[in-house]
Amino acid sequence: MKKIISLLSVMFISILVLSGCGNGNSASSKKSQHTVALVTDGGGIDDKSFQQSAWEGLQAWGKSHNLKKGVDGYNYAQSASDQDFGPNINKLVKANYGTIFGIGYKLTNSINQAAKQNPKVNFVIVDDIAKTRKNVTSVKFKTEQSSFLAGVAAAKTTKTKKVGFVGGIDSDVVTTFKTGFIAGVKAVDPSIEVDVKYAGSFSKADVGQSLTTAMINNNEDVIFHAAGGTGAGVFTAAKNSAKNGKKVWVIGVDSDQKADGKYSGGNVTLASAVKGVDSAVKDISNKAMNGKFPGGKVITFDLKSKGVALVNDNMPESTWKVVQDYQKKIENGEITVSPK
Amino acid sequence: MNNILTKLRINRIVVLSFLAVIAGFIVGGIIMLIFGYSPTENYLNLFRGSFGDIYSFGETLRNATPLILTALGFSVASKAGMFNVGGSGQLLLGWMGAITFALKFSFLPGPVLIIGSILTGAIFGAVYSGIAGLLKAYFGTSEVITTIMMNYVAFYFVNFAVKKYLAEHNSDASPNILPKASLRSPMLEGLTNNSTFHWGFVIALVMAFLMYLYLNKMKQGFEIKSVGINEEAARYSGISTKKVIIISMLLSGLLAGIGGAVDGLGNYQNISVSTVLPDIGFNGMAVSLLANQNPIGIIFASILFSSLQVGGLSISVYSDTPPEIVNIVISSIIFFVGVKYLFEFILKRKETN
Repeated sequence: MKKIISLLSVMFISILVLSGCGNGNSASSKKSQHTVALVTDGGGIDDKSFQQSAWEGLQAWGKSHNLKKGVDGYNYAQSASDQDFGPNINKLVKANYGTIFGIGYKLTNSINQAAKQNPKVNFVIVDDIAKTRKNVTSVKFKTEQSSFLAGVAAAKTTKTKKVGFVGGIDSDVVTTFKTGFIAGVKAVDPSIEVDVKYAGSFSKADVGQSLTTAMINNNEDVIFHAAGGTGAGVFTAAKNSAKNGKKVWVIGVDSDQKADGKYSGGNVTLASAVKGVDSAVKDISNKAMNGKFPGGKVITFDLKSKGVALVNDNMPESTWKVVQDYQKKIENGEITVSPK
Repeated sequence: MNNILTKLRINRIVVLSFLAVIAGFIVGGIIMLIFGYSPTENYLNLFRGSFGDIYSFGETLRNATPLILTALGFSVASKAGMFNVGGSGQLLLGWMGAITFALKFSFLPGPVLIIGSILTGAIFGAVYSGIAGLLKAYFGTSEVITTIMMNYVAFYFVNFAVKKYLAEHNSDASPNILPKASLRSPMLEGLTNNSTFHWGFVIALVMAFLMYLYLNKMKQGFEIKSVGINEEAARYSGISTKKVIIISMLLSGLLAGIGGAVDGLGNYQNISVSTVLPDIGFNGMAVSLLANQNPIGIIFASILFSSLQVGGLSISVYSDTPPEIVNIVISSIIFFVGVKYLFEFILKRKETN
């Protein structure tokens, strides 16, 4: 036993010594440029949804300022699980990034803590409201407004008077989509049924597919999803059904999902309720770069500021016109959509 | 030469684990080379990010804390010949139990509150895996199946309960526990340059030591091992195998529950609706295998595993290498631990030659 311990400790000490060699990467040269990085939640930068959109926004920002990915420009840190948030943020702080984004409500606690410990670094939390501090900005999206328009589009399109909603996890962010969607459907025709189902995950395409297949069998012909990666299954089920001669429509979420709806005989994407995470990231990065970081504020993106929108993918002109009418009513305050 | 080999035989387990780790690093390095990334730079960043400064070291130890406990839990069941895959679910329930206690009884004085919270977490975990133990003891139900399934039950139940009973209005997370219920301390934070290192690590060390004594010096520990080696023989010699199965499963869940409790009280300070099962439970299994189920070895294996996870985050911060590469290294290590019989075979050949 003693030998085992001694051998192991020798091993660890040698690792310690080895890794101690050549320390000095952390405080590299002084930067002339403002650098920005983001920390993802469990979804990762290729989730075809929220996180990906944020990363695309940051990449676009970097390109427009001729910056490179890395410590002198922009970067991301991917979290494999919730316990990586804190270390990820701190590693980015150490690498001297000027502005750090936390993408998703799960990072709020970690952002709060890091902001307290590093008053000179700018922090942004997307999709939640952080504690008010001079170096923290909170970004919220009025997704209930775009979902309302999705509801209008669904109600105008359905022939069976039954539409479906597939949510990721029953959480407050998803609830804004659900309530907005239902309100939109009912605004057009209160007799239309809305079937709400949750997959219990943002990354289970198989569950999304089986839920959607069940909805299609129940004669629901327009399905709106707010389920991140789970939504891939919603598209698969709809495309399978369309290939078998039963055309159903899907309304995409977060980014324009027209490409996801393509199949050999056409396209099943009716519209997409996009959330401008990319433009929010770009916008705030630019402000931070110019020394005008909106610290201590909550920035709300809505239909009016084009932070959220319903993108027309395959809607006929008549439906699109109705959607635009409702959009105007929301923008000028005639209709207020409750998030709950 | 002979002398070295005798030593090698004594420490074969250590040597094998060490070889597995080295082989994992080599495979990871080759993969990095294939994709055009620099292995030396990345490995340097990795170890700098886990041991390079006192903050990183604190994070590594903090990250190792729940791993030690879930690995201990897995190894107790495994000593009795059972494969408890339910570490994640038991940990999640322990986490919820501890946070619930800390929030609902926040009027209690600090030390009482902390002990009560950890005990609640421990009991939640123990009772939960105890169910699988009972089913195994009395109905012969495979604990592999029941614990896997119960992971999902725990996951969805905890999400539901957090949202329904703990979360504040308009949020998906419970409020934070009071500072007096937290396992963090300003002293430890000051010592480690504001890392999240907390007293849970000490608790984990104590538990590892206790498990070592329990398994090696106590009658019950002996009974557990006997059942694991040969259930029929153990029964024939008068050991109540049913009792041993239930006790080892209870202990297994208890340890995982404590893991969840200390992680909740020390690291997260709250509990939120989660999107996936925490992987600590599954990683605990890998750690336990790497340490060959030795409680003291588990401490070191956890720190190594944790250093890969925490240090791995640095790789993509300082270079273009995608973080997935780190997962490849970790998976290769687990793979080589799995095939350590191959190394065993090679070592044996060398010795006989």
